[in-house]
Amino acid sequence: MVPVPCRVMRTYQETGDTFTLELESLSQDGFSFRPGQFNMLYIHGVGEVPISISGDPHKPESVVHTVRVVGIVTWGIKKLRRRDFLGIRGPFGTPWPVDLAEGNDVVIVAGGIGLAPLRPAIYDILARREKFGKFVLLYGTRGPSDILYFRQLEDWRARFDFDLHVTVDRAFGPWKGNVGVVTTLIPKAHFDPVNTVALICGPEVMMRFTILELLKKGIPEDKIFISMERNMKCGIGLCGHCQFGPHIVCRDGPVFPYSAVRHLLGIREI
Amino acid sequence: METLQPILAEHPFFQKLEPEYLALITGCASNVKFDAGTYIFREGEEAHHFYLIRQGKVGLEIFIPELGPVTVQTAGEGELIGWSWLVPPYEWHFDGQALELTRAIALNAKCLRQKCEADHDLGYQLLKRFVTIMEQRLQATRLQLLDLYGSRT
Amino acid sequence: MTYRLEANALDRLFKALGTKGYVIFGPTVRDSAVVYDRIESPNDLPAGWADQQTNGSYRLVKTDSPAYFDFTAPPQSWKRLLFPPSLHLFRSHRRNGTLEILEEEHETEPMAFLGVRPCDLRALAILDSVYLNGGASDSTYRQRREKTLIIAVNCTRAGGTCFCASMGTGPEAGAGFDLCLTELVSEHDHYFLVESGSAKGESCVSPLQAREATPQEQTSGREAIRTAAAAMGRSLQTQGLPELLAANLSHPRWDQIARRCLACANCTMVCPTCFCSTVEDSTDLSGAIASRTRLWDSCFTAEFSYIHGGSLRPTIKSRYRQWMTHKLSSWVAQFGSFGCVGCGRCITWCPVGIDLTEEARILRGQAAEHV
Repeated sequence: MVPVPCRVMRTYQETGDTFTLELESLSQDGFSFRPGQFNMLYIHGVGEVPISISGDPHKPESVVHTVRVVGIVTWGIKKLRRRDFLGIRGPFGTPWPVDLAEGNDVVIVAGGIGLAPLRPAIYDILARREKFGKFVLLYGTRGPSDILYFRQLEDWRARFDFDLHVTVDRAFGPWKGNVGVVTTLIPKAHFDPVNTVALICGPEVMMRFTILELLKKGIPEDKIFISMERNMKCGIGLCGHCQFGPHIVCRDGPVFPYSAVRHLLGIREI
Repeated sequence: METLQPILAEHPFFQKLEPEYLALITGCASNVKFDAGTYIFREGEEAHHFYLIRQGKVGLEIFIPELGPVTVQTAGEGELIGWSWLVPPYEWHFDGQALELTRAIALNAKCLRQKCEADHDLGYQLLKRFVTIMEQRLQATRLQLLDLYGSRT
Repeated sequence: MTYRLEANALDRLFKALGTKGYVIFGPTVRDSAVVYDRIESPNDLPAGWADQQTNGSYRLVKTDSPAYFDFTAPPQSWKRLLFPPSLHLFRSHRRNGTLEILEEEHETEPMAFLGVRPCDLRALAILDSVYLNGGASDSTYRQRREKTLIIAVNCTRAGGTCFCASMGTGPEAGAGFDLCLTELVSEHDHYFLVESGSAKGESCVSPLQAREATPQEQTSGREAIRTAAAAMGRSLQTQGLPELLAANLSHPRWDQIARRCLACANCTMVCPTCFCSTVEDSTDLSGAIASRTRLWDSCFTAEFSYIHGGSLRPTIKSRYRQWMTHKLSSWVAQFGSFGCVGCGRCITWCPVGIDLTEEARILRGQAAEHV
């Protein structure tokens, strides 16, 4: 329950309200985690927040988080500079089922900052690309200036074995890319539905509509996975805050098979 | 002479349409090409056509005086653009710009309206398809309205 | 083996526990209520006091009986001794640009809980399943729990809001005690039946110099417990209840409960199994030393479910539903048992007298029995 002090290696701005933080790995063996897991980041005297890990699982020498400034703790994290310290606990939670997806096509649908917890899964799949069938990333965000990991997406798009589509909800100025919600990309995407594993992360409403489109396309329910956001405080299933029906999200999630949460997604204030 | 019927038959919009209707529609169809940056139509102009996009991408724009052009939706390969021709006064409400080299089938509005009036079964088939697309677009527009990715304060 | 200990020899138990180094916690009367606190001798026990409890009401009344354990579930349970309402977790020191974070050490002395009611005994087992048996465990809880000796006392009187019999948690103590007492009072006789449930408990028996109880005395004990079970006015039909609640998350009854519920959180504070906690971070004036304190929390507050942008359960309706479905439905999925032991505290201490047994019955589509 005690955070381990950790030093900032570098920080860089991603979009207007979002930045990425690279921390020095905790131990000599490095920081090992599985894609989809999160850490609790502690700012001295201010508080602690759950932040998904967005780095490369094959590079244990650093711990990478992409953070959106939404409150006092994330504001405190934003103010950190090179060589400053923060506390870290983790990794916590369930991973994306990347291993299970081997031999299948993989469709990743990300909305807004939901791309951050999916990036480790992308790294992981690209690291052993030959084990998977088609690999599709559909990413929707607010506007062209809100696109996370812009340069990296461009690099990835240049690959012949990665089918990547970006869309924005509205575009001011000289944007030549897609405009429309991310769900509109799904009918046009090419994959073999019955042999596809889908990983989804974004706002809850976006995930619900994405699931509907994927089901329409024919992906089986038990091959759709989503990452839930709740008030994770302790990270180890003891404080009760992140309950979602019978699930304790920090322990049983954040990644859930759709079949485990289907009955809860439409219920208000659950 | 080869007609456009086989190409129309392949487009998702006309999937499973009876050949007799397809033949009627083909009579209103023509092949068009727009270079990147061309405006296919402008807000306020009469809507003479709707377009089935075969290749490329078309953006629907509106011009906001202090902001400039804002793209609210794009349509690409296999999709359709334009339903202003269906509803009086048959005028475009947005600007349509080819964002890249775009090839499409243009369907003549007056020709189609006449054929639909003459053959309500054809009109019904066509409307059913348009309603489906309108429903999808409305659904997507509602999600856009929610501004899901924005910060809430 | 079951022993008979004369009531006037109960001080031997206190002495035996003292000799073994236990600090004794047990029931005593303070501020017109029975509380669990440090006690030194049988004189501290609430002899001659009984409680009257019903929806939203608790009264202690003087009786003619010399019985030490005539009361039922008091406001507080044993939870606060193992899971303190406030606990310092760590201190963070910032000096010369570095950070040092040190866990707070907490001394724990061996504790004897004297007078653990069967429902509360079951509640301890439930807290164990939360704090000790999951993937992660709570070190403070573990340390305290391992050093705790449990002396249960069977119930021979049913309280006004009790429903342990229907929950299968009382009025006779199940597993988990080190010693178990049954107090028997008649016109001429006042004694305890004593059973041990562990080696630790057994080692406390010989200093009591108690003789073996006769079969008749043992029968009297069983009779007394059976009387309490028969006198219990409330019940909760548990069969199929987790599924029933999970399938009725949109039932109109939740709106009706919400009109009465004040979201005061009393039920969660008195509940012997509610385990939710939050943390508070603070610094000294210079900002160099920060500390984190864990505090009891309640799912009835709006902040409980807060994520950036707002509370996920802004209405009382959803908070009451969260609490009740957690206790009686999702707890089963999470920890393998109900989160309710039938102690009735949430009924007694609800300022508007909401009775979850009645709400469960209504949700089942049956008519309310208590009006």
